[in-house]
Amino acid sequence: MKLNGAQIIMECLAREGTEVIFGLPGGANLPLYDALPSYPQIKHVLVRHEQCAAHAADAYARVTGKVGVCFATSGPGATNLVTGIANAWMDSVPMVAITGQVVTWLIGCDGFQEADITGITIPITKHNYLVLDVDELAYTVREAFYLAGTGRPGPVLIDVPRDVMQQQTEFHYPEKIEPRGYRPTVQGHPTQVKKAAQLIAESERPVILAGHGVILSRANDELRALAEKAHMPVIATLLGLGCFPGSHPLFMGMPGMHGMYWNNIAITESDLLVAIGMRFDDRITGRIKDFAPHAKIIHIDIDPAEIGKNIKPTVPIVGDVKNVLSALVEQVEPARHDAWLERIAEVRREHPSILIPENECLLPQFVIKKIYELSGPDAYYVTGVGQHQMWAAQFFWGDKPNSFVTSGGLGTMGFDVPAAMGVQFAYPKDLVWCISGDGSFQMTLQDLTTIVEHELPIKFAIINNGFLGMVRQWQTLFYGNRLVSTREFSPDYVKLAEGFGLVGLRVTDRAQVAPAIEKAMRHPGPVLIDFQVEGMEDCYPMVPPGASLAETIDQPKIEAPASSPRREKEKVRP
Amino acid sequence: MKTVKHTIVALVENKPGVLNRIASKWRQRGFNIESLAVGHSEVPGLSRMTFVVDGATTDVEQVTKQLYKIIEIVKMNDLTDEDMVARELALIKVNATPANRGAVIEVVDIFRADIIDVSPESVIVQVTGAEDKVDAILEMLRPYGIRELVRTGRVAMTRGAAASIEGAEGAKPIRFRPAGEGKARVGSLL
Repeated sequence: MKLNGAQIIMECLAREGTEVIFGLPGGANLPLYDALPSYPQIKHVLVRHEQCAAHAADAYARVTGKVGVCFATSGPGATNLVTGIANAWMDSVPMVAITGQVVTWLIGCDGFQEADITGITIPITKHNYLVLDVDELAYTVREAFYLAGTGRPGPVLIDVPRDVMQQQTEFHYPEKIEPRGYRPTVQGHPTQVKKAAQLIAESERPVILAGHGVILSRANDELRALAEKAHMPVIATLLGLGCFPGSHPLFMGMPGMHGMYWNNIAITESDLLVAIGMRFDDRITGRIKDFAPHAKIIHIDIDPAEIGKNIKPTVPIVGDVKNVLSALVEQVEPARHDAWLERIAEVRREHPSILIPENECLLPQFVIKKIYELSGPDAYYVTGVGQHQMWAAQFFWGDKPNSFVTSGGLGTMGFDVPAAMGVQFAYPKDLVWCISGDGSFQMTLQDLTTIVEHELPIKFAIINNGFLGMVRQWQTLFYGNRLVSTREFSPDYVKLAEGFGLVGLRVTDRAQVAPAIEKAMRHPGPVLIDFQVEGMEDCYPMVPPGASLAETIDQPKIEAPASSPRREKEKVRP
Repeated sequence: MKTVKHTIVALVENKPGVLNRIASKWRQRGFNIESLAVGHSEVPGLSRMTFVVDGATTDVEQVTKQLYKIIEIVKMNDLTDEDMVARELALIKVNATPANRGAVIEVVDIFRADIIDVSPESVIVQVTGAEDKVDAILEMLRPYGIRELVRTGRVAMTRGAAASIEGAEGAKPIRFRPAGEGKARVGSLL
């Protein structure tokens, strides 16, 4: 079968089972778009900015477990993907980005819309390719999917010059690929597993720290079995939320900078940390030299480079979390740690961390909690980055894996809108909430057009405090309350929604919250709710930067915040 | 802490951009690399790199683990604790007039180095050996005036019949060697 390069790419995507591509055409990748109509089983979603293509593919991959795919043209198209690729890289999300490149004879000559995207993305991709020979294309696409989706997942970029897309060649699909320098270790070393079981048996105050790796490896059942058999409390990192049922008595919520107070104390007092598929991010550890001072550490991760990078473990186990946990569950002794759990419960009673003050103010936490209460167990929640994200994480106690989608490692504001789009394309019939801040939302709101065009019934909740709230909080706490460039002007979101073709609602007090959420959920199409919340509310608990987990500030104030200087009418342009 | 210069050898696929990837990791992670030598290996399509890392300033284990994530790096091994031979080559252009050329040649002979070019005012000395030998001859030649110096950086190989990097042809699955069980060796560590 003779195909041109573009057809080979499409044929390979079809064989990988790709169903949705997010992208935007341009001069250098036009041959690819010319080949698209021959593959009606693959849906192409035209985004309004390539960053959204990458974020949408990223979120699609997170919730489906499949490899997300995005297209962009050369030069600015490719560089616009960079933030999205970096986001997927930091959060270990499987993604393949295919970019057009200027024709081969112009490469290196600063051709129109030329950018060295393989050079640019070296530090933020698992691997990347510039394909100069059409005969290498099929193998390259196959290998790219293999690399993206196996081992520790991550983004892979394939850069294809326009003339390579146009050259004809005989198509051979490689059935088997074996990159010589890529053999991820998937089985944990039995000796190490045995040592880990021994440490667990000896421990009196064990804690499981579960991360994104549990979800990526689909090891939810194994994690639950381990926690129940050895009676160990489970703390989930931001990206680990959903890996363990939120309603389970052993589930403790999130730790770290804005995590639950009791978790930070539990980690500090514990004598054993079982870290599973997580990488001891600085937002989890606080001041690293005082992290878990009494604990031995078992670190399970598929990426050997994570072992010992931030924390030296007592027992490292390199392997796929699912395999390692299966082996570990068999070896651990059944145990009870009632006294330890009671100790954590005691801290929890003294420091409830996520109490919402009963008052008249429209507090952001109240809105977010209400959304969770009213949306039922099957909804998906996507967030942007900032205060609203931390509140959304604190109040997320859901049972469903993959139902909380957020930008963790890179902390990419603007992830919210395109990510919600990616999730809704993956599950068109499910309820998808996009919880945004006004700052985050304004970074990628142009893709509301795409959402309306495809009739995606996403419900947008803008937690609108009139500030870049998290930055404002740091200015308040650590820069003498000198608020510089954090007060943020917003458009009239209701009119904006209407302009884009969404239903727009505005909520200014507590009584309106539930009715607005219910109204949004009843409406069959996309709805945007502008929740005009308290401007100066701070996100707690908080570990101040540079402090240890033991120094977590739970709630400096429970009483109603003083009336804030936010929202005057003149902020809305007439 | 004692300065330990680690000698690490790697087999890498001979593809464009590989050095860029490696340099990118070094730069991003702040690894301090003292020398690097690259050339063809005995396996077609694979190049062999030897690089030296100062264990006092850089976490050698992280270097090797991070580098191993580069898909085109097929095999690596830390030869530091192995019985190995390590050499580097230097070319030294040193002032040598008819008046003192004899003295320069004497130094060259003592070090069993070679003179490979001669002009009325200078000679080029080629010396091969461990770094300290190169340092020593440099010290001896310095009084005559060194005009130009180039050093290749260290290349290394284990002694005996066994290859420095096991299983280069069909790379074996990598395994983590538990901490404390012998010295970290990259081939088996990763």
